[in-house]
This record gives sequence, C-alpha cells and structure tokens, in this order.
Amino acid sequence: MNDISYWDIVRNLLDGALWTVGLSLTAFILGGIAGLVLLFARIAQNPIPRRLAQAYIEVFQGTPLLMQLFIIFFGGSLIGLEISPWIAAALGLTLFTSAYLGEIWRGCVESVPKGQWEASASLAMTHVEQMRHVILPQALRIAIAPTVGFSVQVVKGTAVTSIIGFVELTKTGSMLANATYQPFLVFGLVALGYFALCYPLSAYSRILERNIHGSRAH
Amino acid sequence: MAYAFDFASVLEYREVLVDGTLKTLALTAIGTFFGLAVGILGAVSRAWKLAPFDRFFTVYVELIRNTPFLVQLFFIFFGLPSLGVQINEWQAAILAMVINLGAYTTEIIRAGIEATPKGQIEAAQSLAMGRAQIFRHVVLPPALLKVWPAICSQVVIVMLGSSVCSQIAAEELTFAANFIQSRNFRAFETYFVVTGMYFLLAIAVRQVMIQAGQRLIARRVK
Repeated sequence: MNDISYWDIVRNLLDGALWTVGLSLTAFILGGIAGLVLLFARIAQNPIPRRLAQAYIEVFQGTPLLMQLFIIFFGGSLIGLEISPWIAAALGLTLFTSAYLGEIWRGCVESVPKGQWEASASLAMTHVEQMRHVILPQALRIAIAPTVGFSVQVVKGTAVTSIIGFVELTKTGSMLANATYQPFLVFGLVALGYFALCYPLSAYSRILERNIHGSRAH
Repeated sequence: MAYAFDFASVLEYREVLVDGTLKTLALTAIGTFFGLAVGILGAVSRAWKLAPFDRFFTVYVELIRNTPFLVQLFFIFFGLPSLGVQINEWQAAILAMVINLGAYTTEIIRAGIEATPKGQIEAAQSLAMGRAQIFRHVVLPPALLKVWPAICSQVVIVMLGSSVCSQIAAEELTFAANFIQSRNFRAFETYFVVTGMYFLLAIAVRQVMIQAGQRLIARRVK
C-alpha cells in the first residue's frame, strides 16, 4: 500500500511542523506573560504571593507534563467545559512554561549584586522604582540566554501533546508511520524536523551566553 | 451541576499503582546507572578531546538534546525493528532513557571536568600517574561532586519524562493510570492521584540521589 509518495510524507510533516511552531509560540508568549506574574509574586515582599508562586512552580516542575495535560483535558470536561486538544495543549504548555520561566527569571533577578539594591535604596527609591530602574534592566541582560535556551524545552515539550490527540509534528509522524509502514524513515524525518527547529535556538543561546561572559570580563 | 468525586475507585487498584510505581523506579534506576556511565565516557572524550570519540559525542549530544524524548522513543521502538533489530517495549524504554540521559550528563559532567584546576593534574603527573589513573582518582570524583546537583535535577526530569513510555505499552506508572481510568471511568480522579504520586516520587528520587552523591562521591573527595 504505497500510494503515499515521499513527497506526501514530507508535505504532511511540514503541515504538522507548522502546528508545532504555532503551539510553541503560543505557549512561549502566554507562558512568558504568566511567568512574569510568577516572577513578581516570587520576589514580592509579602510572603503570601511568594509561597503561592513557589508551590505552583514546585508542582509544575515536579510532575510529568503528560499528567498535567491529562488533568486539564479530563478536568475540563468534568466542570462541563468541552476542551479541544488544541486548547488543552496550549493551556498545559503555557502553565508548564510559566513555571520554568518564572523560576529562571527569579534566578536572574537574584544574581544582580546585592550592592545594587543597597545603593538604590540609599537613593530613597521605592521597591517598584528599584525594580524598574536598577534591578530589572540588569536582570534582563542576564536572562536572555537562559530564556532562549529554555525555548528549546518548549518546542520539545509540544511533542507530548500528540498523546492527547493534538495533531502536530509527532502525531502526524505516528499516523504516517502507520499508513506507510516506514517508521524508520518517518520518525527519522520527524526527529530531523525538531532538530531543525531546536538547534538554531540552542546555538543562539550559547552565543548569547558567551557574549555576556565576554563583555563582563573587562 | 454537582460532580461527586470518587477517589476510592482509584485506590481499589492500588496493586496496579504499586506495580507501576516500582517499574517507573526500576526504569529510572537502570536508566540513571547506564546513562551516567555514558555521560562520563562522553564527558572525558569531549573535555580531553579524545579523537575520534570527541566528534562522535559532540554530534550525539546535539542530536539528542535538540529532539524530544518521545520521538527518540518512537524511533527506537518502531524504527529499529524495520532494520531487523527486534526490541521489546522495556528494552526500547531503557535504551531511550540511557541515550537521553547520557547526552545531558555528558554536557553536565564535562563542565565539572573542565573546572579541574590544572595544578591538580600536574601534581598527579609528577607522581607518575597514568592518564587513566589521573582521570579516575584525581579528576572524576571532584568533577562529579561539583555537578551532582545538576545531575540530580536531570535524573528527576528523566524520571518524570518516562511517563511517555506508556505510549509504547511499557507498563509503568502512567500506563497503570491509563489502565485504571479505562476500568473505573474516573479519569480525573485517577490522573489526579497518579500526578500526586509522581510528585512524591520526584521528591524521593531527588533525596536518594543527593544521599547517593554524599555516600559514593563526597567520601572519596574528602
């Protein structure tokens, strides 16, 4: 049953890859916004938002992404919401991404030398002013490389959404492998697709990291 | 609308849950042991530029770190048999975990090896130690100790990631959850309980890894 040509395989995989890219971008942007909220909760002076954010991060980093997706997928129908695989995938990956980004960014804020806090406090700046004018601009510079690095994890995380039936690159690959009986070729191409998406991000993150360390040396 | 939660219907299957937990732990333990072995080989090859292995490990690390674990698993489980290599679901799951963890630990341990002070290697050379001896006694233990926290985190990530092995019918904890919810029709409760179990497993695995680091490595470094 080989009425499926190589071109058909590649074309379908490219279609699937588009959904992978779309889901990655959605999760990264929404997760970034939520991650920012988490960051501010995590470094707040009030202990209540700090503890809540910490618990959130620990739960999402301490459980499998697949389980998170299952809970959203089945939990939604439980409260009467018909949740499509796309919504479940986007929501699940957004929550997952926000937990990691919130934690990465907190590390960046905390790696700003303490003297910067003290110096800006001695200028009678409020907490918000310190953040806005002194801490965040410096933390942002440190944060770029690990943030780009983490985007690779988001792209790879999208593969897990194939299990709840979202048709992206991996799911397309599974269906094609079943239809063509050529799993070696199809999954090889699927892997190549992910590599093409992820490798530039990894390499870019490494360059950014080197630049930061380089510019700090003098 | 009132939904009555029924967690008891999950606990009726506690034997299935225990069995799945043990298999997830076994998978993690075997994957960690051999994954670390691969990581040490890869790290020394790359850090000391042992041709031709350094090239091989560079390509390996980039390929594995830039593709999803699920795709690696499918490639091994569905792809290898078409090349004539017969492989069952457990062999595929273990192989995938070793290959995956090996790539990450190669990079982690390499950082530890490269942080070895030059004077220590020179001192060892002046004692007429061979390269293998220097690596084993002088370089490796402190390198591992330095990066052990990162290794612990990576092992936890791999343990959580092993939940996708359910997709090739390896009967680990997630497979157990899928089985239970197909019997009791309580998907939410089942996944909720199993998610909690993974959370506790993550804490436990991390603690065991930290302890193992102190027992096995910290002592040798003194």
